[in-house]
Amino acid sequence: MDLNILWFILITVLFVGFFFLEGFDFGVGILLPFLGKNDQERRVVINTIGPHWDGNEVWLITAGGAMFAAFPNWYATLFSGFFLALFLVLFSLIIRGVAFEFRSSDPSPLWRNTWDWVIFTGSLLSAILWGVAVTNLLKGVPINAEMQYVGTFFDLLSPYTIIGGLTTLLVFMFHGALFLSLKTTGDMAERSLKIAQRIALVAIPVVLLLAGLTYYQTDLFASLGAGITLIGSGVTLILAVLFLKSRKNGWAFVTNGLTILLFTVSVFWGLFPRVMISSLNPNWSLTIYNASSSPYTLKIMTIVAMIMVPIVLIYQGWTYWVFRNRVTEKNLHY
Amino acid sequence: MTELILSRLQFALTTSYHFLFVPLTLGLGVLVAMMETWYVKTGNETYKKMTKFWGKLFLINFAMGVVTGLTQEFQFGMNWSEYSRFVGDIFGAPLAVEALVAFFLESTFLGLWVFGWDKLSKKVHLMAIWIVAIASNLSAFFILVANSFMQEPVGYVLRNGRAEMTDFLALITNPHVLYQFPHTVLSGFVTAGFFVMGVSAYHLLKKTHLDVFQRSFQIAVVFGLISTLGVSGIGHLQGMHLVKTQPMKMAAAEAHWETENPAGLSLYASIDEQGQKNNFEVKIPALLSFLSYNSFTGEVKGIHELQEAAVNEYGPGNYVPPVASLFWSFRIMLTAGIWLLLMAMLGLYFNKTKAYEQNPWFLKLMLWTIPIPYIANTAGWFLAEVGRQPWIVYGLQRVEQGVSTSVSLVSMLIASIGFLLIYTILAVADIYLMVKFVKKGPEAPVEESQKTGVKGASLWT
Repeated sequence: MDLNILWFILITVLFVGFFFLEGFDFGVGILLPFLGKNDQERRVVINTIGPHWDGNEVWLITAGGAMFAAFPNWYATLFSGFFLALFLVLFSLIIRGVAFEFRSSDPSPLWRNTWDWVIFTGSLLSAILWGVAVTNLLKGVPINAEMQYVGTFFDLLSPYTIIGGLTTLLVFMFHGALFLSLKTTGDMAERSLKIAQRIALVAIPVVLLLAGLTYYQTDLFASLGAGITLIGSGVTLILAVLFLKSRKNGWAFVTNGLTILLFTVSVFWGLFPRVMISSLNPNWSLTIYNASSSPYTLKIMTIVAMIMVPIVLIYQGWTYWVFRNRVTEKNLHY
Repeated sequence: MTELILSRLQFALTTSYHFLFVPLTLGLGVLVAMMETWYVKTGNETYKKMTKFWGKLFLINFAMGVVTGLTQEFQFGMNWSEYSRFVGDIFGAPLAVEALVAFFLESTFLGLWVFGWDKLSKKVHLMAIWIVAIASNLSAFFILVANSFMQEPVGYVLRNGRAEMTDFLALITNPHVLYQFPHTVLSGFVTAGFFVMGVSAYHLLKKTHLDVFQRSFQIAVVFGLISTLGVSGIGHLQGMHLVKTQPMKMAAAEAHWETENPAGLSLYASIDEQGQKNNFEVKIPALLSFLSYNSFTGEVKGIHELQEAAVNEYGPGNYVPPVASLFWSFRIMLTAGIWLLLMAMLGLYFNKTKAYEQNPWFLKLMLWTIPIPYIANTAGWFLAEVGRQPWIVYGLQRVEQGVSTSVSLVSMLIASIGFLLIYTILAVADIYLMVKFVKKGPEAPVEESQKTGVKGASLWT
């Protein structure tokens, strides 16, 4: 296997990590104003992700850095091409990030309410935008022979990509609700379960719709593996709902996590070996070869990644172990 | 053209803003870790109060640093896509390494530290804050490796229309970074030292929480003095290095138009940038030669000669960066440095004699010195980055060649205004919270009853 393929896989892994981990962070943030009926409850909700959200976000930073290092043309075309969309992503991540820290620092109800809605807005926008971005990658965007994006922001919005945004929104909300049902106790856990069920009712038809549209709008199913993983992600979502029905919410969380994993893998598999599809001319697409760094850089980066990624996984996993207990009103930091 | 100016303005804004928070993170992390070390060693509750008080300020500042750092990672691709294509093979690597080696550590262990007071043993908890402190400084190293490539490209070859890495080791041992890293990190320590001294001075003035703030002041004054001396020493060495590698930057920073031997240092100059001369200057003879070579003789090349040499090497064009801006930012940095050195020595004296109680003017002065390191830091980066003009990568790519070509003016305007707005609002909130917690002072220690009492059920039940 050449290093270009390895780095494509590694970036896939980083995005899987980001969507899986930050996915429930987004979901929790979106549900915050609705699940938390008073300040104490909202604190519980935020504290479930308190020790983790920052570390989870580093998966995105790393994915960005890895794209820059391994596929500079991908990084350059994508970030300049999706300029406004990425500005919105930044905007939401920025306001949301400070909100966690700022909210708890002042007891005034107006202050706290404001930051709660900031967390909600930041999480909501991010959750939608990632779906829009990912489906645009699949669908292809206008890229010219010089690897430059020649469309506008509004070219990124189409019924298909909006359904894509809705899909990530719902799946992340479902993920967040299930996470809360595992990390809280009593009434709060019960309410999380109820909300999870309601989200699932909407999520399933939307995901099926997306899968159907993907068949018509993209060439994802031309790759057998990508097609199977995409269908697999639908199946695991249905499994998650079934587990939820029999109140096995641990398993529901795991299977919905699989949905996120399979969906992400399917997108990247469908792209492969392209990294950005040109809707103008297939020959102008960016691939893991014409967008990549030199073999020397890839080799150096491979050595660093092979050492560091397992270490990161171990200590980040350890923090989840340290904070494995449910959050109650008696042990809050934020 | 307008796109270029907007992109430059936006980058200047977002980067300077980001670096308002970074230095305090670099230094205060180490100070908090030291305080907790004393707590764990002695069991003295005062140190725990100190750790928690300064830790809270650290966290507010840290959050701002993290979120504004996100912008840094994105905007090379967003606004400087052609630069990213040109240097991605080299420049992306330290950024990715930074995330993998340092930023993951920093963020994950900060979460552990904040939420782990009741869940971790004292020693493991202490380890967490040391990891945060070390990782944030390590993170600074890799970012500066990337920046150093823009200043002094090493370990590369021009191939396939771009700069490609040929030697990773050369990249991370770039002579430029070997000066820039200690200079930057120690400036962070200085910033934190004076932050702690200033805030402590406020409480010493009010005579509140004396136990906490006398000790804090004592630690910070030693930390601050050593760091200030370090920054100055390394700054001198760095200047000597830059005279060799980026002579135009240094000549412009001195408004040194004509080659001289020995060269004098202008304390003040009335600069005529159009006419390329100084209308009036106050000069100390031979001092510039000394600063450049540690010797009172030695030829220091002037802007005119360097411009000619650059035209010969790179073809026609203007290779002179904005002279007056550089001249004055350099002097602002130096003046601030001298001020800080004096204040640190004065602080050491007053701390030893505990005479500050009778000299409230000193404490007030210390409080008002808090912004000075910030001004010095910003002026220093101004010197480094504006002094690089017209290059985005010194000698290899010009700024106008690096800007994104596919981004519309409207998009850039929206983003620039958006950043300006959100950063302003966040600055107000940040300062409000900082002032609030500074005034409030440390809280009484919370009993550790929670540790045993409220274990929640396990995740899987």
